[in-house]
Amino acid sequence: MLKVKDIDVFYGDVQVIWGVSFHVKKKEIVSLIGANGAGKSTILKTISGLLRPASGEVLFEGRPIHTIKPFKLIEMGIVHVPEARRLFVEMTVEENLDMGSLKAEAKKRREQTKEMVFELFPRLKERRRQIAGTLSGGEQQMLAIGRGLMSLPRLMMFDEPSLGLAPILVKEIFNVIKRIRDEGTTVLIVEQNVKQTLSIADRAYVLENGRIVMEGTGEEMLRNEHVKTAYLGV
Amino acid sequence: MRKYQPYIMLLLLLLLPLFGLSTYMMHILILVIMWSVIGMAWNLLGGYCGQVSFGHAAFFGVGAYTAGILYFKTGISAWWGLPLSVVIVAAEALIIGFICLRLRGPFFALATLAMGEVLRVTAENLRGFTQGALGILIKERTWVEKTWYYYIIVLIAVGAFVLVKKIIESKLGYYFVAIREDQDAAESLGINTTLYKTIALTISAVLTGIAGAFYTNYMGYIDPEIVFALHDISIITIMVVMVGGVATYWGPVVGAVIMVLLAELIRSLPRIGTAHQTLFGILLILIIIFLPNGIVGDYPKIKRILGFRRRVGTTS
Ligand SMILES: Nc1ncnc2c1ncn2[C@@H]1O[C@H](COP(=O)(O)OP(=O)(O)OP(=O)(O)O)[C@@H](O)[C@H]1O
Ligand SMILES: [Mg+2]
Repeated sequence: MLKVKDIDVFYGDVQVIWGVSFHVKKKEIVSLIGANGAGKSTILKTISGLLRPASGEVLFEGRPIHTIKPFKLIEMGIVHVPEARRLFVEMTVEENLDMGSLKAEAKKRREQTKEMVFELFPRLKERRRQIAGTLSGGEQQMLAIGRGLMSLPRLMMFDEPSLGLAPILVKEIFNVIKRIRDEGTTVLIVEQNVKQTLSIADRAYVLENGRIVMEGTGEEMLRNEHVKTAYLGV
Repeated sequence: MRKYQPYIMLLLLLLLPLFGLSTYMMHILILVIMWSVIGMAWNLLGGYCGQVSFGHAAFFGVGAYTAGILYFKTGISAWWGLPLSVVIVAAEALIIGFICLRLRGPFFALATLAMGEVLRVTAENLRGFTQGALGILIKERTWVEKTWYYYIIVLIAVGAFVLVKKIIESKLGYYFVAIREDQDAAESLGINTTLYKTIALTISAVLTGIAGAFYTNYMGYIDPEIVFALHDISIITIMVVMVGGVATYWGPVVGAVIMVLLAELIRSLPRIGTAHQTLFGILLILIIIFLPNGIVGDYPKIKRILGFRRRVGTTS
């Protein structure tokens, strides 16, 4: 479904991604893991068009997407749930959700999708008229995911969805991500919470200093010595 | 009651000249309303869409010069400058937008500031076209009385108010606010941020340009130092909105009242003269510290403070 081919990405003159290639198949959960500054967010931003690769290609269902404008990606079914949530903090919960469903098809089914999101996160329903900026961290993450779902995505990319959440909430969020996949959406997830991520991921890639150094299934990774010492702290 | 507020306000505005105000009072009113228009225009782009411009004089000046040059070169009434300025300033906004809107935050602000200055210097040097620093004088003033100027600027202001309100309450308004709050997120959710920023800039510029064309007609004299002024136009525009309340409907109006009256007051103080810019600067700092949301935005806070004082007063 998604194919990243040998991309180099720069911030100005500084190269942070070096010849990265990976792919995500339909209905998979694929995870990119790596330490702070490894380049995980950079890769997601490149896929969603906010950054351009200096070389290499990004293909979605065989079509190159690294040359089209970022606002058009949502129409193709790609949504990015960005790092640190990036909500519209002065809008209400419901307005944020509405902003997630701007493309025609999603707009038609807006109310229906909203009900689904509220079913997934009942807390959001109670707080639908609350200003997003006043939500707790966990609620904001739910809203960010909900807003992403509103576009009826086929590929959903999560950037550290568990960041700053209590363990119990982390579990809930991962369960939701699994459910999203089970209902047919492909998932690409970037995380530092390596153990939990690997346990729900079908496949994973390890990113170090902007290069992919390892790949395998979630289980394989959990058993791998390097992953264990470097990321699981055992 | 709230629903009728704008209509009562409008009625009041329309009846005001019938009370036989002095020429000076009418002049102040006209300036207040003109500044409200400029404030509303800036607010659309800066307040709602989050693109803070330090160069609105670029649009005010081109609007003013459209009217001035039209009159000077062809002898046609400078009032035709109002409709013509819409076209010219819209074209100008598209060009400036193309250059500046790819920049963000402080870089956009600096680029617009530069645009205003570039246009001022250009107007000073294109002597054959603009008369340079000599300026343009409208020799036959349309009216000696202020009444009609007043009604015309009221009409423009009402139009601007309704337009801004309609835009903000429409889907465009949501897009603008989304861009202000997080441009990348807005883009990722499918908003063509370049397009909508350009729309905000163009409407904002056109409204400012109309105010500029009105200014030429009303004042009867323009020169580059006046209509492209960095401080007296671009900065005062920002202050009008900040003092009144950013991203509020009435903020620019309240801000215009205060800034115009303050300017008059400071001007009338003996020996203060050129120090008025310093005083404005101090005022701006105080506002940012104590009323960051402006008078309209922080109205509940002001009420609370005043209410508190009163209660203290009665108990003692
Ligand atoms: N806007 C930017 N300008 C310059 N360098 C940047 C910029 N954004 C990120 N970088 C650099 O690029 C590298 C990769 O950053 P990136 O945000 O992709 O890391 P990450 O893997 O997401 O880290 P984290 O887990 O901390 O979020 C880092 O060295 C970072 O300092
Ligand atoms: Mg990151």
